[in-house]
Amino acid sequence: MDALLEVNGLNLSFGGLQVLNGLDLTVGKGAIASLIGPNGAGKTSVFNCLTGFYRPSGGSIRLAGRRINGLAPYRITKLGMARTFQNLRLFRELSAAENVMAGRHCRTGAGALDAILGTPRHRREERAIRAAAERWLAFVGIPEASEQMAGTLPYGHQRRVEWARALATEPTLLLLDEPGAGLNSAEKGELVGLVRRVRDELGISVLLIEHDMGLVMQVSEHITVLDYGRKIAEGDAMAVQSNPRVIEAYLGREEDAL
Amino acid sequence: MPLYEVLLQQFANGLILGSFYALVALGYSMVYGVIKLLNFAHGDLYMVGAFAGFGALSLLSGWLGGGWGGIVPAMLFSMLAVGVLGVIIDRVAYRPLREAPKLSVLITALAVSMLLENVALAFTGGQYTAFTTSLGFAGINFGLVHVTWTQMVLVGTSVVLMVVLELFVSGTRHGKAMRAIAIDQDACRLMGIDVDRTIALTFLIGSALAAAAGVLAGVYYGSINFFMGFLIGLKAFTAAVIGGIGSIPGAMMGGILLGLLEAFGTQIPGIGSEWKDVFVFAFLILFLVFRPTGLLGRPEVERM
Amino acid sequence: MSEAAVRIGRPSWSIRRAAGVAVLLAALAAVPSFANNYYLEVLSEAWFYVLLCLGLNIVVGFAGLLDLGYAAFFAVGAYTAGIVTLRLGLSFWLSLPISVAMASIAGVVIGGPTLRLRSDYLAIVTLGFGEMVRISVRNLAVTGGASGLVGIKRPSIFGYHLDSIGAYYYIFLLLAVLGVAGSHRLENSRIGRAWKYVRSDEDAARAMGINHAMVKLAAYILGAIFAAIGGCFYAAKMTAISPETFSFNQSLLILLGVVLGGRGKIPGVILGALVIVIFPELFRDIGSMRMLVFAISLLLIMLFRPAGIWPEKWR
Repeated sequence: MDALLEVNGLNLSFGGLQVLNGLDLTVGKGAIASLIGPNGAGKTSVFNCLTGFYRPSGGSIRLAGRRINGLAPYRITKLGMARTFQNLRLFRELSAAENVMAGRHCRTGAGALDAILGTPRHRREERAIRAAAERWLAFVGIPEASEQMAGTLPYGHQRRVEWARALATEPTLLLLDEPGAGLNSAEKGELVGLVRRVRDELGISVLLIEHDMGLVMQVSEHITVLDYGRKIAEGDAMAVQSNPRVIEAYLGREEDAL
Repeated sequence: MPLYEVLLQQFANGLILGSFYALVALGYSMVYGVIKLLNFAHGDLYMVGAFAGFGALSLLSGWLGGGWGGIVPAMLFSMLAVGVLGVIIDRVAYRPLREAPKLSVLITALAVSMLLENVALAFTGGQYTAFTTSLGFAGINFGLVHVTWTQMVLVGTSVVLMVVLELFVSGTRHGKAMRAIAIDQDACRLMGIDVDRTIALTFLIGSALAAAAGVLAGVYYGSINFFMGFLIGLKAFTAAVIGGIGSIPGAMMGGILLGLLEAFGTQIPGIGSEWKDVFVFAFLILFLVFRPTGLLGRPEVERM
Repeated sequence: MSEAAVRIGRPSWSIRRAAGVAVLLAALAAVPSFANNYYLEVLSEAWFYVLLCLGLNIVVGFAGLLDLGYAAFFAVGAYTAGIVTLRLGLSFWLSLPISVAMASIAGVVIGGPTLRLRSDYLAIVTLGFGEMVRISVRNLAVTGGASGLVGIKRPSIFGYHLDSIGAYYYIFLLLAVLGVAGSHRLENSRIGRAWKYVRSDEDAARAMGINHAMVKLAAYILGAIFAAIGGCFYAAKMTAISPETFSFNQSLLILLGVVLGGRGKIPGVILGALVIVIFPELFRDIGSMRMLVFAISLLLIMLFRPAGIWPEKWR
């Protein structure tokens, strides 16, 4: 399988703290992969580096063969990498549809002049953007939430709006940051279904960060384990579960936590 | 005048100007440190302080004379009065909006500033008010450069105030509370620190310092008017940014540096006194673009 | 595509509403036939401030950038018109495209350094820029120094000399109407939404592929263009301009118009602009106290109704 995302020797430090330490990570084209590790292992920092919000101090990140570290976040999104956030970052006072329409911004081009003059391009794109928003909300299963203020939706629906928003950017790689957090088991089941549909129907590769091991084992084809900012193991669910280093990383941490 | 003496003269001017800027910048920086708000009305507290000092001096000069004997008590009175005013402003205008969006608080601060300026305008009709003292121009001569005792006392007073402030902030419990709140307000609440009280104290001290600067400026320039807070507010902000906003030594250093920059700037051909303000603001822009944390500030790491 | 009855953000131009607007415009256009010069002057000034407040509303209301030096863009327009006609001897109408270009440059120069700043810093820096522009036009010879530019010739159009109070009433009414239409279209467009996204959560917007720097600059530039065009016609109407017109007080007044009426909502901004012009005329005795009254009103509004008289759904 070709690699869609290749991370090599990624280093990241804050002040004196080394957060990522020579991390290697690969996500194949059309794969559903997970990134796991004990708390503080640096998982969200990886996403922040991938999406251009943190500047790594060393190493390289390639998307479809193209080097993307150092690029501005909006350019990385345009190149096909979209994300959702661990703590949900919706535009709370806007409607669900307007939130999803944000994803279409980078795929359209009508400017201020088009808007003021009401050019055909402007009108055409507005219709297309609205239609797309409706379609994506339907895809994630909440078409009825379209005109409701995003901040007033139930938590599970807010999560879906964020997915719809990210999907609307037409990514080739979707990064999901703890998509299962705060969901009940029924919703987690739906999440697994959604992740599979994103890959099967849309051909989008998925990389998840997740703490819920059951979820991870259920949905991932490939798992990378992180500890202290570097990869300590990778493989499929079976391989990772039985890997002694992984067990030690998790159990060892639990002991410290006590 | 030979170059050496021009520079010396400007150095003296710069130090005095700088000490005013430093005193006002301190209040700006301290308040920003605790509530992350640039108090627009801060410069106007300097103006109110000048008027309060003027009023007090007019009343007291009968008994204590128009020299330092009268000025110092007038200044202390003004510091107290304006300090209290600062606390009231915080309580009435800023505290209710602690959780409000940033834009709303900024506009409120603007409204307070407008209010102070227009009240002063109403009282004075826009005229300059003469701040007369019975201080003379006696002093020491360094060649052709004449430095008056008054000027030296001005700088000295500012230094004393700043030293007292630094001792207070690093030595006392209240000072420690102020610094703690600047780092993590919620943690402080959990630790049992009375956050609102400490913020009020910060306003008290910051406003008092601005008032002191106002009185000293009145003494130095000999006249005060309702609009004098505007420009100094901008410059004090510049000084605070240069030194590193939220940092007390930074505000002091930034203030002195800015005063010197401005004074020497007037001697640069092409700038003179017409363009000195533009020259000073240019530094503000430069710092904000290239070194937003200032000379002594610590970079803020934003974690997503 | 579903046809929902009420959609957030979709302009619902029903026949009734369009007819109502048409009647209103016809009434406003008829005013010069029965009103005396004093009322015409006041209303001209009102329409002028509607244009300026709408322009600032793009920056403050739509994009959420507290610009306290907006008068600088107004100055760019007015002085461009003055310089083009007086110093270069060219037709007034040329000053329009030139000032649009100058305003765009000014928007980039003033907006550029503020792109990464927090709102407090942004406010003061824009204030500083406003002062820098005022000081510059006061010091430079080409802008007439402290006395400004005097004797700006009023333009003619199709042979008709624009020389009467009535003519300027129509000009500013037309500009205000165009301003309203333009603002409305911008609000309900891709860029209008981009402003909302960046204002709501800048980092989330960036993560969704939005170039926040360009979006903010667009707001400054568009706002600057509104002010610059207003400034050109202002210069033509007054025939003389001086630096004191473009002080912080002016920026503050325009901001008051935007905020008193409710940031972000166009009808509120129109109301605010009318208030700042008409209120002092109604209560002439208060005169010099009007800023004090505005200050108190603003304070009360911020404390009790922080979104202004006409609230926009704020967080």
